[in-house]
Amino acid sequence: MSEVRVLVGTRKGAFVLRSDEGRKDWTVEGPLFPGWEIYHIAASPADPDRLYASQSSGWFGQVIQRSDDGGKTWEAVGNEFAYDGTPGTHQWYDGTQHPWEFKRVWHLEPSPTDPDSVYAGVEDAALFHSGDGGRTWRELPGLRSAKGNLWQPGAGGMCLHTILLSPDDPKRIFVAISAAGAFRTDDGGVTWRPINQGLRSDFELPDAAAEVGHCVHSIALHPSRPKTLFMQKHWDVMRSDNAGELWREVSGNLPSDFGFPIAVHVHEPETIYVVPITSDSYHYPPDGKLRVYRSRTGGNEWEALTDGLPQSHCYVNILRNALAVDTLGSCGIYFGTSGGQVYVSADSGDHWKAIVHDLPPVLSVEVQVLP
Amino acid sequence: MIRVTLPTHLRTLAQVSGPVLLQVDEPVTQRAILDALEAAHPMLRGTIRDKASKERRPFIRFFACGEDLSHEPTDAPVPSEVAEGKEPFRIIGAMAGG
Repeated sequence: MSEVRVLVGTRKGAFVLRSDEGRKDWTVEGPLFPGWEIYHIAASPADPDRLYASQSSGWFGQVIQRSDDGGKTWEAVGNEFAYDGTPGTHQWYDGTQHPWEFKRVWHLEPSPTDPDSVYAGVEDAALFHSGDGGRTWRELPGLRSAKGNLWQPGAGGMCLHTILLSPDDPKRIFVAISAAGAFRTDDGGVTWRPINQGLRSDFELPDAAAEVGHCVHSIALHPSRPKTLFMQKHWDVMRSDNAGELWREVSGNLPSDFGFPIAVHVHEPETIYVVPITSDSYHYPPDGKLRVYRSRTGGNEWEALTDGLPQSHCYVNILRNALAVDTLGSCGIYFGTSGGQVYVSADSGDHWKAIVHDLPPVLSVEVQVLP
Repeated sequence: MIRVTLPTHLRTLAQVSGPVLLQVDEPVTQRAILDALEAAHPMLRGTIRDKASKERRPFIRFFACGEDLSHEPTDAPVPSEVAEGKEPFRIIGAMAGG
């Protein structure tokens, strides 16, 4: 029987949740790295025992941890994230130029084929790569050449939070950056260009259809349709069917189209999930009801999934890296909240239960299915 | 031997349970102590001072003999009690937040 392992990053350490493929009974291990912020833990698809964790602290800075035994033991590896050459400047809150300054690693994306190859998305926004299991890191500076001088941090910081490695083309990578937008390379990261046509930010940008500056919160794709992208923007749920060349809105009947994460069902490429949040001023669900919304039509037509989720007095948030799907036959959906709950549905979202209730605020959720 | 005490999170990261004992040649300075500490425990590089500039991180403080040495020149000799191993060189996470 398969084992399911959920990797949870929180404000005060990491937790590992384990179950079998029934996903009814769970064990909780942790905290690992207690007291540290764990923005992300990710497993290598090429070696499920190879894990990477981003460990950071306002006092002590950035540490990258690596495990080669599925999380039993960890080793601090390289934490030098030096921007390539002269770092340059980006736009600051007051419109002046401000030097690029490394703050933390938001997202780690291991290669699907090489356990020692891993990408890191960082704040201030840039993409780094390690080819030696995290011991050394090298920036892919072409990304910041894609109008980086015009990027401007939002309230959450100017972070590169999403990295999608195209499943059909090893040279194609999509990334998303808060308050800068989505970007794509087709040559393995040497050159990049913004892919934001069709996005509109009427209340956030002087030019609502600007080439860069849109606050993209998350993007997702299904491996069988690598040119179809789904996006949760600051406001608006969007879709592109040509690898980001053009986006169209698919918010449809959502109660709010503001939110952070978006995910695609593992077996159904037109089934997508979002968790609507009231607004940018009220980072909690509409009406105090925690509802995951599912569209089986690739957007526009949404249904509320509520069975097992609190439907009154619920004022948590679900962050951009805190929604994940597993690969089992009956697709499991997982999300963590700012209130410390981690919920699971073992039936594509029809029914939910809390695995844990009282963890620190959850920053990220990833899931592995082990043989 | 120089005795260095670390804040809890750095003791965990360095996998030590008490003061770190270091052999540091004369003259014993903040820079020499931190160089020896990072050589003995490489996972601490970047957590106390910037890797490139070697500047102290903003929320790290250095204390010894009841004095705040955080703003002393990094190449100035530390108090003789520290150099003689009678008093520890204390690395502390600054009070921050409410």
